Amino acid sequence: MSNPKTPAAAPAGGRGAAKKELPERFQSYKNVWVFIEMERGKVHSVSWELLGEGRKLADKLGVELAAVIMGPPGEGITHAINDSWAYGADLAYVIADPLLTDYRNQTFTKGLNDLVNTHQPEILLLGASTLGRDLAGSLATTLKTGLTADCTELAIDDDRCLAATRPTFGGTLLCTIYTLNFRPQMATVRPRVMAMPERTEGRSGRVIEFPLNMAEENIITKVLDFLPDVTSDKVNLAYADVVVAGGLGLGSPANFKLVTDLAEVLGADYGGSRPTIQKGWLPADRQIGQTGKTIRPKLYIAAGISGAIQHRVGVEGADMILAINADPNATIFEFAHYGIVGDALQILPALTAAFRERLGKLRMAS
Amino acid sequence: MAEHFDAIVVGAGMAGNAATYTLAKAGLNVLQIERGEYPGSKNVQGAILYANAVEALIPDFREDAPLERHVIEQRMWILDDRSYVGTHFRSENFNEEKPNRYTIIRAQFDKWLNKQAKDAGAMVICETTVLELLKDETGKVIGVRCDRDNGEVYADVVVLCDGVNALVGQRSGIRQEVAPEHAALAVKEMHFLPREVINERFNIADNEGVVIEILGTVTSGMLGTGFLYTNGESIALGIGCIVSDFVEKKINPAHLLEKLKAHPSIAPLIRGSEVKEYAAHLIPEGGFKGVPELSGDGWVICGDAAHFVNAAHREGSNLALTSGRIAAENIVALKKAGKPMSAENLKLYNQALEESFVLKDLKKYKDLPDTLWRNKQFVTTYPELLAQAAERFLRVDGVDKLTKEKEIARSFRKARGVLGLVGDAVKVARAWR
Amino acid sequence: MHIVVCIKQVPDSAQIRVHPVTNTIMRQGVPTIINPYDLFALEEALRLRDKLGGKVTVLTMGPPMADESLRKALGFGADAAVLLTDRFFAGSDTLATSFALSTAIAKLHAQEPVSVVFTGKQTIDGDTAQVGPGIAQRLGLNQLTYVSAIRSVDAENRSIVVERRAEGGVQVLKTGLPCLITMLEGTNTIRRGSMDDMFRAARASLTVWNAKDAGVEDMAMCGLKGSPTVVKKVFAPQPRKEKAVQVATEGKSPAEIAQATLETLFAANPKLEGDLLKLSAAS
Ligand SMILES: Cc1cc2nc3c(=O)[nH]c(=O)nc-3n(C[C@H](O)[C@H](O)[C@H](O)COP(=O)(O)OP(=O)(O)OC[C@H]3O[C@@H](n4cnc5c(N)ncnc54)[C@H](O)[C@@H]3O)c2cc1C
Ligand SMILES: Cc1cc2nc3c(=O)[nH]c(=O)nc-3n(C[C@H](O)[C@H](O)[C@H](O)COP(=O)(O)OP(=O)(O)OC[C@H]3O[C@@H](n4cnc5c(N)ncnc54)[C@H](O)[C@@H]3O)c2cc1C
Ligand SMILES: Nc1ncnc2c1ncn2[C@@H]1O[C@H](COP(=O)(O)O)[C@@H](O)[C@H]1O
Repeated sequence: MSNPKTPAAAPAGGRGAAKKELPERFQSYKNVWVFIEMERGKVHSVSWELLGEGRKLADKLGVELAAVIMGPPGEGITHAINDSWAYGADLAYVIADPLLTDYRNQTFTKGLNDLVNTHQPEILLLGASTLGRDLAGSLATTLKTGLTADCTELAIDDDRCLAATRPTFGGTLLCTIYTLNFRPQMATVRPRVMAMPERTEGRSGRVIEFPLNMAEENIITKVLDFLPDVTSDKVNLAYADVVVAGGLGLGSPANFKLVTDLAEVLGADYGGSRPTIQKGWLPADRQIGQTGKTIRPKLYIAAGISGAIQHRVGVEGADMILAINADPNATIFEFAHYGIVGDALQILPALTAAFRERLGKLRMAS
Repeated sequence: MAEHFDAIVVGAGMAGNAATYTLAKAGLNVLQIERGEYPGSKNVQGAILYANAVEALIPDFREDAPLERHVIEQRMWILDDRSYVGTHFRSENFNEEKPNRYTIIRAQFDKWLNKQAKDAGAMVICETTVLELLKDETGKVIGVRCDRDNGEVYADVVVLCDGVNALVGQRSGIRQEVAPEHAALAVKEMHFLPREVINERFNIADNEGVVIEILGTVTSGMLGTGFLYTNGESIALGIGCIVSDFVEKKINPAHLLEKLKAHPSIAPLIRGSEVKEYAAHLIPEGGFKGVPELSGDGWVICGDAAHFVNAAHREGSNLALTSGRIAAENIVALKKAGKPMSAENLKLYNQALEESFVLKDLKKYKDLPDTLWRNKQFVTTYPELLAQAAERFLRVDGVDKLTKEKEIARSFRKARGVLGLVGDAVKVARAWR
Repeated sequence: MHIVVCIKQVPDSAQIRVHPVTNTIMRQGVPTIINPYDLFALEEALRLRDKLGGKVTVLTMGPPMADESLRKALGFGADAAVLLTDRFFAGSDTLATSFALSTAIAKLHAQEPVSVVFTGKQTIDGDTAQVGPGIAQRLGLNQLTYVSAIRSVDAENRSIVVERRAEGGVQVLKTGLPCLITMLEGTNTIRRGSMDDMFRAARASLTVWNAKDAGVEDMAMCGLKGSPTVVKKVFAPQPRKEKAVQVATEGKSPAEIAQATLETLFAANPKLEGDLLKLSAAS
């Protein structure tokens, strides 16, 4: 164990001085970077969502958007580069090294840290996945810069600074956080919080390769095994186009059948509010909301859910929200698009029947 | 080796904290055991604190105890479904240097009072439930057993302050279960509002408070009352009725509270508030008739566990504080005199209580609970009649006042009959006397 | 084996209220708890100690009243407790927090070598999951985040094998000691201490360190001054401008309501019908 490393001297007025006084050495930091998260050859779609968001920031600043791709040499990297162009990147920094086959904190922190110090981005975005959070936390410490976690909104202010907005105090409030005097300004964003950008085919950009400069002997952590999730393909709530969810208002776990019935007819996925998970009505990976999944479906049907802020932040990205609640004053009606005041136990089966009939007819006709 | 203390106090409510503080301050080695996460975490009260009972313990408590507002106005409202008739008493005299009544939030006050006990040298252990009393072969209480591994702890005397359910005493065969007609079930909510809004709605300044006692049809024919107290940044609103009435009428207490909240006289007072706590709690309301044996070989019992609540005046916390203190003082006296904590010696506690307001007041009203319980007209018929009478009298509609008075009198006679009216008056007068 | 567990005292967020006018947090009377995620770390640490011997030290940085959570941790069975408290620490962001904590851990290490540092996955108030990795980086500890199980510890060869939650699966990692583990939730259940633990906790004297005691030399590294991030604005989420369009229900049967709902949805979004058709066919 070593002694805590002392960061570079703080600018006058302290590190967090509320006014921007960007030190000389940071003036050259430029461009918006998005870390492209690739685990076992597959890019996590949160990275594309971030490229979409990064594009807007880069355009506002009038700078370039870069994708940072780290992984073992091979097809995975080639695909990631090509997809990065399609999702808006102007350039790609690539560290291709067999040591990067599996994610390990030490290798990725070293590679990205060196890359940042060499090519100096002003903004660096990562997905708030297990990988992204693991990496962002250590990188911000080695770089001694500010990191804002789980942002829900990113913008550029008049001072050309990143304004990163995130929920605070268990989601009851939002706060906007700046890193005024350090670079890069780092932020993580949870999957599905930002919309998936449209692909633009035929775009391309510059590839800048960068070495890792490490040897396996010097890496202490070894990956002994990887046990893929058995259910990971089944529950894909975050990416479902239609989601039906139930809350405590359903009254009992047995009544969740009304939710799954409707979901089945709609080809939808299903989930629940946090208390339904806590009570064991549904497994944990079905929780929707701030501490569960963020969803962005085309249609979200919420039955017997009151619409607490922690639930709301997880569903606000839906194109259309239909809420069924017995209480005309339920908070959910304040952000749902359509509301039915009534007993979900009666309305849900009626909806199931109506959709079944309607879709059945259409199918016959086509 | 099992631990041994001079005294073990069960519970960290009003009674337990008063006892623990008094014992520790006198230098006794005392252990206090509380079931909740922290002292006060489970305690529900309206809540009004009567200053003198605390002063007897800590004369300058006002300096740092968490007090919400001192009460300057007392309202008594009798509701029917659409109206209320009532009295308000407000006086600048209540803005005195050392006010007599405060609203408090129990979770905070209990924590504070407990801290005084801890600072005085008591050992406090929370999140631990006392299951039963330990006795020796002669039946003398020698300690308690708790719900943790190695949970047996010993002491010369156990002070039972475990509140209205008094499960420890029941399980250990020193007292009976509380009869359903001797307990009220109260449900309560905290409605949070900014301080300024409360000040405006009740026409009060920052630390001034208002209490509303509520009678009438809101109890749906059951014997009970509602209450509304202003705290600093919240309003405590609740309603309580006798348990046996709830059972008989099959009424859901939560619905009763909903009804109270929706009443046109109450709704505007809590509009726009954020509701944070819903709590249900029993109140011992049997009065003197519900009081059990108060002490025995190696034990004493205080507060709600001893059924010390004066329902007529909605006093409980002060009886708990006082009984806890008196119990402790007598234990300290025995200890100092080197006398054993035998049944006979602990009778000192019973005697001291007889001489205090605690038992005197309870005796005074000993018939009131039963009288009211057997005569539901006090909570059903009268409130409506009163409201109708007031409305008839105030409405200017061309009918002369004398006729109106006669009509009102007739409506009362019709509803209760002359004998009924006289009888009711006598019943109340007797019980109150 | 000496194990340090970082715990934080947090307001019970289920009970937090926001002042509707000033948008500030109304902390008055909001009870505090040990960050629930940290209890998984504490239990795992206690299990390691029970198996391998040694001691568990709990460490927190916070106001003086944070000693409550340390005492609670002792009641669960921890052996020693250190409270880091100093006005210089006020306003710390994650970088400044990990600085203060790592300085204190380095001091604990000097007194009695530390093999594992545990933190929770994240806090429920800060919610960043950054402090653990921050400490690991500063102290040069091998970092193991989102650990779901500890498979084995070889004290002699100073190595550890853990299962770590990764995207799409579980990594089995082997690394050297000392290491930092951030423990995943739901991996264990905090034990109930015995009556003896409760007595020990009640009697224990806590170690209280201010910044100097902990070994901080440069105060500018702490608190607000040592925090690169600046909170510029705190605000309540905006309600959507229009409220939900209500489907008429008065006097209608559920079937009629459902029918009316379908008409409303499909009229508002003509593409929806086709989308649903595709989806339902696919499933
Ligand atoms: C730190 C923190 C994180 C949290 N994270 C999340 C999260 O990720 N996701 C989440 O969902 N919550 C989360 N919560 C919890 C959140 O605050 C709410 O408590 C929760 O969302 C409420 O769940 P609910 O709507 O199912 O239950 P309730 O609030 O009890 O609402 C039930 C609703 O059902 C209605 N109802 C009752 N009967 C019927 C009927 N027959 N038909 C129709 N309607 C009926 C009622 O009117 C009511 O509106 C979090 C809380 C905290 C403090
Ligand atoms: C809704 C309501 C409104 C009220 N309003 C008023 C009012 O305005 N003014 C007033 O003076 N009085 C009021 N009272 C009455 C007053 O609250 C009680 O009389 C008073 O709290 C009694 O104090 P106590 O210490 O005996 O019991 P409690 O305050 O109930 O304390 C008992 C303690 O013992 C603990 N405990 C219980 N069992 C065990 C166990 N087995 N092991 C360990 N610990 C245990 C409990 O957790 C609790 O902390 C009200 C009561 C209610 C319910
Ligand atoms: N003030 C603190 N004192 C001790 N530990 C802390 C503190 N803040 C954070 N931690 C630890 O760091 C973990 C992650 O916190 P956070 O980065 O705030 O989500 C927590 O679960 C704690 O174990």
